[in-house]
Amino acid sequence: MELFAHQILSGLATGGIYACMALAIVMIYQAIHHLNFAQGEMAMFSTFIAWQLIEWGFPYWIAFFLTIAISFVGGVVIERTVFKPLHRAPVLAHIVAFIALFAIFNSLAGFIWDFTIKSFPTPFGQQSLFGSGLISAHDTGMIVVTLVLLGLLFLFFRHTRIGLAMRAAASNPDSARLVGVRVGWMIALGWGMAAAIGAVAGMLIAPVVFLEPNMMLAILIYGFAGAVVGGLISPGGAVIGGFAVGVVENLAGTYVPVVGQEMKLTIALALIVAVLMFKPTGLFGARLVTRV
Amino acid sequence: MTGPMTGTLLEVSGLEAWYGRIQALFGLDFTVADGGVTTLLGANGAGKTTTLRALCGMIRSAGTARLGGTDLTGRATEDIVRLGVAHVPQGRGTFTAMTVEENLQLGAMTRRDMRAIAEDIERAYAYFPRLAERRRQQAGTLSGGEQQMLAISRAMMLKPRLMLLDEPSFGLAPLIVEELFSILSRLKAEENLSMLIVEQNAALALEIADEAYLIETGRMVMSGPARDIGQDENVRRAYLGY
Ligand SMILES: Nc1ncnc2c1ncn2[C@@H]1O[C@H](COP(=O)(O)OP(=O)(O)OP(=O)(O)O)[C@@H](O)[C@H]1O
Ligand SMILES: [Mg+2]
Repeated sequence: MELFAHQILSGLATGGIYACMALAIVMIYQAIHHLNFAQGEMAMFSTFIAWQLIEWGFPYWIAFFLTIAISFVGGVVIERTVFKPLHRAPVLAHIVAFIALFAIFNSLAGFIWDFTIKSFPTPFGQQSLFGSGLISAHDTGMIVVTLVLLGLLFLFFRHTRIGLAMRAAASNPDSARLVGVRVGWMIALGWGMAAAIGAVAGMLIAPVVFLEPNMMLAILIYGFAGAVVGGLISPGGAVIGGFAVGVVENLAGTYVPVVGQEMKLTIALALIVAVLMFKPTGLFGARLVTRV
Repeated sequence: MTGPMTGTLLEVSGLEAWYGRIQALFGLDFTVADGGVTTLLGANGAGKTTTLRALCGMIRSAGTARLGGTDLTGRATEDIVRLGVAHVPQGRGTFTAMTVEENLQLGAMTRRDMRAIAEDIERAYAYFPRLAERRRQQAGTLSGGEQQMLAISRAMMLKPRLMLLDEPSFGLAPLIVEELFSILSRLKAEENLSMLIVEQNAALALEIADEAYLIETGRMVMSGPARDIGQDENVRRAYLGY
């Protein structure tokens, strides 16, 4: 029972990271209807920036928030310079751009910081919380930070005018323009926020998976799984999907003998395929009621 | 019906528009008086919707369209909206996943006067009590008539100088249409709202309008005071069912 509770909790901890990645993916998907598979590499690069800032002597939390700000600006700049010009371009052009971004961030990180594995600090400590062995301090911190982040985002989208404008731009760009929403800038803002959310995910998971240019590969696939489970167009669904994937991954890795630690990633991929085959709108994607 | 004519609000001349390489409008001239209502009539595919889209910068156009002293052509939709042009589009443009109240909030997106916005939302509810009852309801679940009321209210939230309405009566039961047009008449009288109304229901449109224009395949074929157009033999036969 103790082991079970432990696996659930650490599943929720990594699930929070997947939830963040899933949310970042969905935010961009809603705006431009393409899956940004460079999202993980962007998060990895952000994490290297944080590592560099800490190396230069910045205190952890200063580096943390500075990295978020830098990532936000970076996301906006990428949208304005790369994806805005591609606005009406065919799918293939977008895919090429995503591959290019992926390759650029991956090799640039390797070039600047080399490919050796680095350890990344945790502000929470690695000891187990209250010495119970149930959950580590870092896992607890991860859950708290992701919940705070997701809560703030919820409030932002529900209760601010700019959040409302962003939702309008994503769901109905033509009507949004007709009420004066600057749709192009809302998309850029979405990119900035997605990049910032990814940065948080990267910085939180780096102490667990260690810092290196390929650190986000698997995380991104879990994030995709969460987004697909959530239906790709539902931010709330993506978050729940991300947490669910984290828990399922952990329990399967522990209790299903054939799965083990090595086969965990296969579960995420199988989940993506299964959901797309049997419930393509995801478990939360078809909640919207419309009447014409 | 004639409103207080203090001058011309919108003056369109030589308006042309294209969908890709296909030209859809061939030099339209028309005006909307300040505080007045102009209607554009025409059969399916005549170019009525296209005219409104061209005015709002939603498609490529040429010619001039002066609102007050400002030329609208060549500007981005968002900027034209900021000049005070509210468009109630064909299909109503409802933000279906959002609540009624959020739709109204969106209509005021270009404004900063938060207190006045809250008052104007209440004013919209006073004009359309059915919306007040449904303020927390998802807008996609409203009936067609309610969505049209919402679209008009959303446009009013801009405090527009000019409102463009694309077939407000489309697909609605006669009773609802009557209610809708009586409210449009009230808006004209009480809020001094200037309107450009596109309609297939010519009888209805001619009743509220001061000026009327008839479009056929992207060209203006007739224009004049709404009363005279309503008396014209050809119009009566073709559009009024006599
Ligand atoms: N998105 C589009 N792409 C290409 N051509 C279009 C498009 N929309 C309209 N057209 C064409 O432009 C012409 C004018 O169409 P428009 O929609 O303005 O007509 P309308 O007068 O509004 O008709 P209705 O009463 O049926 O709404 C038609 O020939 C139509 O086929
Ligand atoms: Mg039309």
